[in-house]
Amino acid sequence: MLALSSVSAAYGSFQALFSVSLEIKRGEAVGVIGPNGAGKTTLMRVISGLIAAHEGTMTLEGRAITGLPAHQVVEQGIAHVPENRRLFPALSVEENLRIGAFIPSARARFSERLDWVYQLFPRLKERRAQLAGTMSGGEQQMCAIARALMSKPKVLLMDEPSAGLAPLVVAQVFELVRKIRAEGLTVLIVEQNVQQVLEVVDRAYLLEVGAIRLAGSAAELKQNSVIREAYMGL
Amino acid sequence: MSGSRLVAAIVLLAVLSAIPAILPPYFLHLVIQILIWSFIYTAWALMGRFGFVSFGHGAFLGVGAYVPALLWNFYGLTPWLGIPLSIIAAVLLAAVVGYPCFRRRVVGHYFALVTLALSQVVLLSLVAARDVTGGSLGFTQKAVGHSWYALQFPEKGYFYAIAVLLWLAGLAIWRWIDRGIGREALEAISEDEDAAASIGIDVMRAKMRVTIISAGLTALGGAIYGQYVMYLNPETVAGIAVSLQIVFAAIAGGVYSLLGPSVGALLTLSLTEGLRVWFGTNFIGAANTIYGILLVLCIIFMPQGIVGALQRVTLPRRAPAKANATETPQSVTRRPSSAAQ
Amino acid sequence: MDIYLLEAIINGILLGGVLALLALGLNLIFGVVDVVWICYADIVMCGMYAIYFLYAQYGVPLPLACAIAISGLAGLGVLVHVLIIAPVLRSPPLNQLLATGGLLFFLQSFATLLFGTDFRNIGVRLPVLEVATMYLSFARLIAFAISLVGAVALYFFLKRTYLGTAIRAIAQDREIVGLMGIDDRRIYLAVSAIGGALAGLAACLLALQYDVHPFIGNTFGPVIFMICVLGGLGNMIGGFIASFVISQIIAIGGYYGSTELSYVFAFTFFIVLMLIRPRGLFAP
Ligand SMILES: Nc1ncnc2c1ncn2[C@@H]1O[C@H](COP(=O)(O)OP(=O)(O)O)[C@@H](O)[C@H]1O
Ligand SMILES: [Mg+2]
Repeated sequence: MLALSSVSAAYGSFQALFSVSLEIKRGEAVGVIGPNGAGKTTLMRVISGLIAAHEGTMTLEGRAITGLPAHQVVEQGIAHVPENRRLFPALSVEENLRIGAFIPSARARFSERLDWVYQLFPRLKERRAQLAGTMSGGEQQMCAIARALMSKPKVLLMDEPSAGLAPLVVAQVFELVRKIRAEGLTVLIVEQNVQQVLEVVDRAYLLEVGAIRLAGSAAELKQNSVIREAYMGL
Repeated sequence: MSGSRLVAAIVLLAVLSAIPAILPPYFLHLVIQILIWSFIYTAWALMGRFGFVSFGHGAFLGVGAYVPALLWNFYGLTPWLGIPLSIIAAVLLAAVVGYPCFRRRVVGHYFALVTLALSQVVLLSLVAARDVTGGSLGFTQKAVGHSWYALQFPEKGYFYAIAVLLWLAGLAIWRWIDRGIGREALEAISEDEDAAASIGIDVMRAKMRVTIISAGLTALGGAIYGQYVMYLNPETVAGIAVSLQIVFAAIAGGVYSLLGPSVGALLTLSLTEGLRVWFGTNFIGAANTIYGILLVLCIIFMPQGIVGALQRVTLPRRAPAKANATETPQSVTRRPSSAAQ
Repeated sequence: MDIYLLEAIINGILLGGVLALLALGLNLIFGVVDVVWICYADIVMCGMYAIYFLYAQYGVPLPLACAIAISGLAGLGVLVHVLIIAPVLRSPPLNQLLATGGLLFFLQSFATLLFGTDFRNIGVRLPVLEVATMYLSFARLIAFAISLVGAVALYFFLKRTYLGTAIRAIAQDREIVGLMGIDDRRIYLAVSAIGGALAGLAACLLALQYDVHPFIGNTFGPVIFMICVLGGLGNMIGGFIASFVISQIIAIGGYYGSTELSYVFAFTFFIVLMLIRPRGLFAP
């Protein structure tokens, strides 16, 4: 479905990704874990076109998406829930969702998408007129995910959706990830919450200093000693 | 001073002193104007080069020009006292507006627009006080012929000498601030005010000092200009138009180098005059039209100014300390830290 | 209350309408593109000349002349963005200010070159209304009404349409709008066109009241910046309110002193307020 081959990226002269290759099959959920500053966010931004890869190729369903600007990547079917949610705080919940459906294909079926998203997140329907910036962290995260879903993506990228949320809410977020999978979406999720993310994904990659250090199925990684010690505190 | 520098200085002085003997009066008039405006632009660049882009220098210029002239006409006060008073008035004005501005961290756009308002205040006050100043019809000083007391000299040579001295003094002050601790402190401040404060720089003092010097010198330039032309019009010595003229000429010439503002004055005034002669008065505006286009192009393609661009071409490798100014050609003015967010 | 003072206050409110329209345009552009068009009032001047020539010289019917001026300035707005703003988009803010300042210089002098420094009037004489012994200019009433209609239309455009919502979104978080499928460059063009069109509308309204000359921008420009800064740059509602504050100061100041003095009051008020509230009247 989504494949990266030897992708490198840099901020100015600082290289943040070194020849990263990964592949995600249709309907799969894949995790990316790693310490702070490893380049996880950079990886997501490269895929969604916010940063240009200076090396390597990326394909979605076999079609090249390398070098496309972000707004075209969305039209290809990749939606990105950015780190820290990044809602438009002074827009209402529904306006945020409307922005999520900006691309023509989504705009045409806006009300249909909206019904679907509201059915997935009944809470947002209650809050539709509220300004996004005034909601709780968990609600904002739901809104950010919902906004991404409005474009009817094939692949959903999520960057640390559980960051900064209370434990109970974290559990809800992972529950949501399950639900979204069940809807048939392919998911690539970056998480620091290693233990919990390994419960919802099929496979995961360990990213360290901009390079992939380990890859394997969730079950394998749960048993891996490096991961258990460094990332699960076991 | 090295030998070759000494020779250059002597040659320059020789040329400068030969000019009034050689040049026809019209050109001498042009040269005097260029020198006075060079001084004013250099005074502006004292602040401008550190990213404090003031659109308020029209205010100081207006105060400098009008105060001695009014005192002379109405009280017969000699410009020898009137000019210092005008400088004090401009410095006070700069302090009254500058101090709270710096205290409240009014920077970037906001600083530019506050100072723009200041020049409008002076312009409109001059127009409003039309009973005294003649309003937008302008103001002519009482002429008394050749007089040291009145600082009036129908013979252009005198003003030429004054203008040369003024110009050299301006350059010396520029250099003094550049060489003294002034520059490093101000550069640090323009990069990041908090960081500068944390390494022990007295931010307020440094900013106030350069602002006051810059405003005072601008007023002095305005006063000398007024003494020379003997006719003042609010539009030509105060307000948004002249403020922009100052900013642009200084930037076109280059604010990072000693001679940049002077080159700006030389080019813009000769261009204006040249085009005026070329097109004749039927085409008022032709000169400024071309000038406006050049300004835009200059900001887009040559933001470090003409002198800066020439230096980059002719001096590709300078000592590292100098390289700083030339390696950031993207900015006329370094982005103040708080404007970056 | 003194009837003349009341008349001054009402005229102030009427003036505030047109100023508000201009402040909206400038704030819209600043909020989205993050560049202050210091030449904004001179773009209005171009529009006034367009109306003058179309209507007074070539006899084009006034509504058509206005429509042409509005769409012409929308085009000019796009041109300004493409030629001057886009190349300096990543430069320090002051360079951007200077680039548009260079354009100001150019527009004023080019207008002088083409049209000379004569004051020209389109020669539409609208009646003066006498209401309870006060004289109110019909042109001002129309200008006020149309300004309000324009502001309301802009409000609904921003509130109700996809493009409008995207414009508000980009002003809040410019980095991630790409993730929503929004091409920021196209939004910039759209906003520049809208800003130009608002300048065009203002030009139509001002041409009814004032003579056009190459430097008319110097009369309005500084006042509009002042309003925008007072309201908080980019804050459209703040700018809208500030327009009426400033126009009242000008009107009442003009009643007690002269026109210039009233502007001196307004600018001084602005400077003092900036020093008390550096981010504008309505900053949190
Ligand atoms: N905008 C940026 N400019 C320069 N360096 C950056 C920028 N964003 C991130 N980096 C650097 O790139 C590296 C990877 O960052 P990031 O992808 O955010 O890591 P993670 O998401 O894994 O915490 C870090 O060293 C970080 O400092
Ligand atoms: Mg991250």
